Amino acid sequence: MTATLPTTGTDQLDVLESEAIHVMREVAGEFDRPVILFSGGKDSMLLVHLAHKAFWPAPIPFPVLHVDTGHNFDEVIAFRDAVVERYGLTLEVASVQDYIDDGRLSERADGTRNPLQTTPLLNAIADHRHDAVFGGGRRDEERARAKERIFSLRTAFGAWEPSRQRPELWNLYNGRHKPGEHVRVFPLSNWTELDVWRYIQREEIDLPSIYYAHTRDVFARDGMWLTSGPWGGPRDGEEVITKTVRYRTVGDGSCTGAVESTATTLDEVLAEVRESRLTERGATRADDRLSEAAMEDRKKEGYF
Amino acid sequence: MTDLLRLATAGSVDDGKSTLVGRLLYDTKSVLADQLEAVERASKSADGEPDLSLLVDGLRSEREQGITIDVAYRYFATPRRSFVLADTPGHVQYTRNTVTGASTAALAVLLVDARHGVVEQTRRHAAVMALLRVPRLVLAVNKIDLVDYDESTYLTIAKEFRDHTAALGYAEDAVVTIPVSAKKGDNVVLESERTPWYDGPTLLDHLETVPVDGPDDAAPFRFPVQTVIRPRSAEHPDYRGYAGLVAAGSVSVGDEVVVLPDGQRTTVEGIDRYTASLSSASAGDSVVLRLAHDLGIARGAVLVAAASAPEPVTEFTATLAWLHDKPLTPGRRLLVKHGTHTVQAMITAVEDRLDIQTLALDADPGTLEINDIGHVAITVAEPLPLDDYDRVAATGSFLVIDPQAGDTLAAGLVGRPLVTTPVDA
Repeated sequence: MTATLPTTGTDQLDVLESEAIHVMREVAGEFDRPVILFSGGKDSMLLVHLAHKAFWPAPIPFPVLHVDTGHNFDEVIAFRDAVVERYGLTLEVASVQDYIDDGRLSERADGTRNPLQTTPLLNAIADHRHDAVFGGGRRDEERARAKERIFSLRTAFGAWEPSRQRPELWNLYNGRHKPGEHVRVFPLSNWTELDVWRYIQREEIDLPSIYYAHTRDVFARDGMWLTSGPWGGPRDGEEVITKTVRYRTVGDGSCTGAVESTATTLDEVLAEVRESRLTERGATRADDRLSEAAMEDRKKEGYF
Repeated sequence: MTDLLRLATAGSVDDGKSTLVGRLLYDTKSVLADQLEAVERASKSADGEPDLSLLVDGLRSEREQGITIDVAYRYFATPRRSFVLADTPGHVQYTRNTVTGASTAALAVLLVDARHGVVEQTRRHAAVMALLRVPRLVLAVNKIDLVDYDESTYLTIAKEFRDHTAALGYAEDAVVTIPVSAKKGDNVVLESERTPWYDGPTLLDHLETVPVDGPDDAAPFRFPVQTVIRPRSAEHPDYRGYAGLVAAGSVSVGDEVVVLPDGQRTTVEGIDRYTASLSSASAGDSVVLRLAHDLGIARGAVLVAAASAPEPVTEFTATLAWLHDKPLTPGRRLLVKHGTHTVQAMITAVEDRLDIQTLALDADPGTLEINDIGHVAITVAEPLPLDDYDRVAATGSFLVIDPQAGDTLAAGLVGRPLVTTPVDA
């Protein structure tokens, strides 16, 4: 509390920040056991940053939950742990690997684990009795997300029922739910990818290093640059080459593609996002390409 | 600094609203390559042109039925302005979504099919916009190509719409009418040569240049308390702040405020936004207020300007837009959520119901059903510091909630904000 600043208020980023903070404080006021979904990716890092600002000088009043596919980038796990340490957070982990090891889930033929996250996520929500679950989803990401409310009721089975969505009026959020149901809350609903990057720059928010250009051994599959890891590597006929790449999203290593980029700084990343002719999901998520309604189907089952 | 226009679109089935929104996105280059490819892959149009409505119909059932079921939010930007567009469905049972989209809009674009003109849904949508006090309206007379770009058809529709909106209380300069073809692109982003008789702006021109009304500086200060920030840490042992969003007006350090509903007076000692101390804050700012006295304030209290404190009441008249399949049952126990305070409530009487066609008020309807708008008498279990919606919308609005199912039943507006002049149907 040193500087006395004049109030601003009409800049788009200030509007979006105020709205997100308002949403987080509503959740703190109305729910008993909220949790922030935290993967270490940029959108979930933004949630942690906004929660820090919303409740300062008190600590963030929510734990974080990482649904761990086991297909991780080392840099992201190190980053996750550093963030937990820095903000004094409680970390809950729901491990897809554990479910595979004890037979509750089985590996898919394509090796992709993103669709396998739903069961561990829903069980973790039930086990910890979380009644509100913050996600970093944005409406500009995908067509099904564009239709979701900021407060999105999930049934006792975790399902999203688009035809039963509550009208969301003014900024009066209705978080009423029955025992066993929970509410997914999306404070970044009205942000675009460009807003996210502009805000990261303005607030000097740290991100995992893989968001910036680096050299990496990659191979081409389905028009994306994938990298080798514990999830496997190139198939016969897929040639490994060294490229300068960065990631626009962070997800399961088996299906998150890198994009060719030389953007090593935030300014360069911003310039690239402004120029891009592909959505970040289209560019880098194989799982969203499965069908026209891939996201809608997964959301109905209880996915993020 | 980028300025932001929040707008809503509404039309009835088959007016081509999704195509219009798709056209806006497409012609402003807001459609990215992979989205367009997905549309081209899924496109079933016979003439080989991409079906632009597929850009916005997000859900599988919508694509299968060819109609829009739910509000979709779209984001696009031009060098002049950024836009958040709430694309609201036209089908009659989804009018509740029109209310949702309108509740945050500074402007609404209503669509009609030039072949059919102003229909019941147009009247209903205009009434909803007027009720919620959406400041500006645009009528897009779509499919003008299908009436051979006929000026007199357009003028007849425009006049009928203007008569209706005038009866709803809209000033003439708050309403603009534009002849468009979303499918062909006429007057959406690019001026059409096929409507030489029209010399007004294209839709996008208008959206880019229409004044955006900022927060009303003259409005009285209103601040519903969301949560109390009390770290009790070694660094901040005595910090106690009240977190919230300034709902209306502005506040400065040193201002005298009243805590409602209890009525204690105190002074604002500090305004914090994260680590920054501000000298003042205004509507839309999420801040933390520190006060001169410890008054045991909790979530649900409202801090207001001492000079304009409303008298908390337990009985009041309100306008409801009923949004749920389950009709209103007078005397049933309900919940009212006002600001950050949820209280038990009962609707004791339904005074009248608006006839959307004639704008007349039918007395004693007994109930309100889905899509009905009417005036009711409400009793609440605890006093609420209400403002009339037409004076301070943020503290003049509330939700009616079903205490068992948890569903939102109605949008509530304190007082009678909709002033209509009945017209001949």
